[in-house]
Amino acid sequence: MRSILAALAAAAAALAALATPVLGCGGLIGPNGAVNLLRTSTLAGYHAGVEHYVTEFQFAGGGGAFGSLTPLPGVPTSVERGGDWTLQRLVIETTPLRLSAAVPAAASAAPAEELMKVRIDALDITVLKGGADEVGLWAEQHGFRLPPDAPEVLDFYASRSPIFLAAVFDADAAQARGQAIGDGTPVHITIPTPNPWVPLRILTLGKTGTEQIDAEVYLLTDRRPALLPNPLGENGLGLEYDQAASDSLLSDLRSDKGMGWVPNSAWLTKLGIGAQASNLRYDLAIDASGQGTPSRVAAGLEPLAPAGPAVDPMLVLFVVLTMGMVLLGRATFLQ
Amino acid sequence: MSGVRRRFTAGVALVGVFIVTGGVAVAAPPTATIEIDIHWSHYEPTVVHARAGQTIMFVLRNNDPIDHEWILGDAGVQARHRTGTELSHGARPTELTIPAGTEVRTTIAFGAPTTLQYICHLPQHEAYGMVGTLVVDGS
Repeated sequence: MRSILAALAAAAAALAALATPVLGCGGLIGPNGAVNLLRTSTLAGYHAGVEHYVTEFQFAGGGGAFGSLTPLPGVPTSVERGGDWTLQRLVIETTPLRLSAAVPAAASAAPAEELMKVRIDALDITVLKGGADEVGLWAEQHGFRLPPDAPEVLDFYASRSPIFLAAVFDADAAQARGQAIGDGTPVHITIPTPNPWVPLRILTLGKTGTEQIDAEVYLLTDRRPALLPNPLGENGLGLEYDQAASDSLLSDLRSDKGMGWVPNSAWLTKLGIGAQASNLRYDLAIDASGQGTPSRVAAGLEPLAPAGPAVDPMLVLFVVLTMGMVLLGRATFLQ
Repeated sequence: MSGVRRRFTAGVALVGVFIVTGGVAVAAPPTATIEIDIHWSHYEPTVVHARAGQTIMFVLRNNDPIDHEWILGDAGVQARHRTGTELSHGARPTELTIPAGTEVRTTIAFGAPTTLQYICHLPQHEAYGMVGTLVVDGS
């Protein structure tokens, strides 16, 4: 086991040295609205009524600033540093040819109310409560110029949720910590929710209609999930891995930091997102209950029903806004 | 900067736009009002009409949580603003910054028939479709 973990750590380091995700399932916002986003990877694990959302921020060097938007399906109860190899281990599990090479070097480079504040490495993360206008204004007041599609995209999410999470990347702190360009900071967000839900449309933030969006989403659920939209391929959502998770995978994941929640048996799904920005107008709704009825509202395919008197907060979809700030070394960094 | 401003003023004069600046009225009070809303980074309406000789008060409402601009002018004016470096506008009635969630009013008199555009030149906004047309018809 130790040798496997050492190999995983090496793989993680190797991947980090490449152009691995800057941020999973988030739209990145640069100064003056410039947006930079690479292929991204995210794990949405779901067990015992709790979603574990693991994504990664990557230090991209000095010379500018950007933020990011990452909607999530519920109010986080904790936001903490994630494990070092979870995302990389999932890559290896679902692309076995790379495993045979030991180190997958050829892996495609790939004024709201503040509810919680957390510091993770060079990231200052704040959970906010407010609607699209409040969050937009918060962003502006914190020095970010949102791209022109931000009002519509924020409304898309905020109409279902008043909760946002903002993260600011402190580039000076990153440099003081000795973080090199390419170093990633995994973030583990724990969200109680009836069903996991993964934001996809946010990936288009700041993109023109013909720009290509590429991302990977891993799902780890107690049973095979029902998904909406169906991953048909032609709709920009492809099913790339769909089988029971191996014991070795679960054991490896469980040994990573903060991953003790991983159950003894689970279903692993890998989805590849490859679509033009103009076609990615939905989120990924997941029904892991076994009933096979993912929510059209959660998928963003229909609006939340008007106004009932008291909406069960557990049924309300929340949006997480993550604002990261990174000094960029190159004007066209990582493009 | 003053040179740029003078050139701009000359360009405006060429297309028959006369300006009433705040506190220094150089034209008659407005005879009509045109309201333009901004929502999801688009102007509504995208085409408005005035008549030559008319003085119009424009009411510009930014309903978005982000700042926008309203730059009214001919092709030359728009070309200059595409590469401009002014961070905000407000000194000229035809060039305005409209902060998030605010309403801005400006009054402009139109001398001769022409067709102008109003565009937001913040990065990506024009490409996103934040463009409108003002047609000044003959009186």
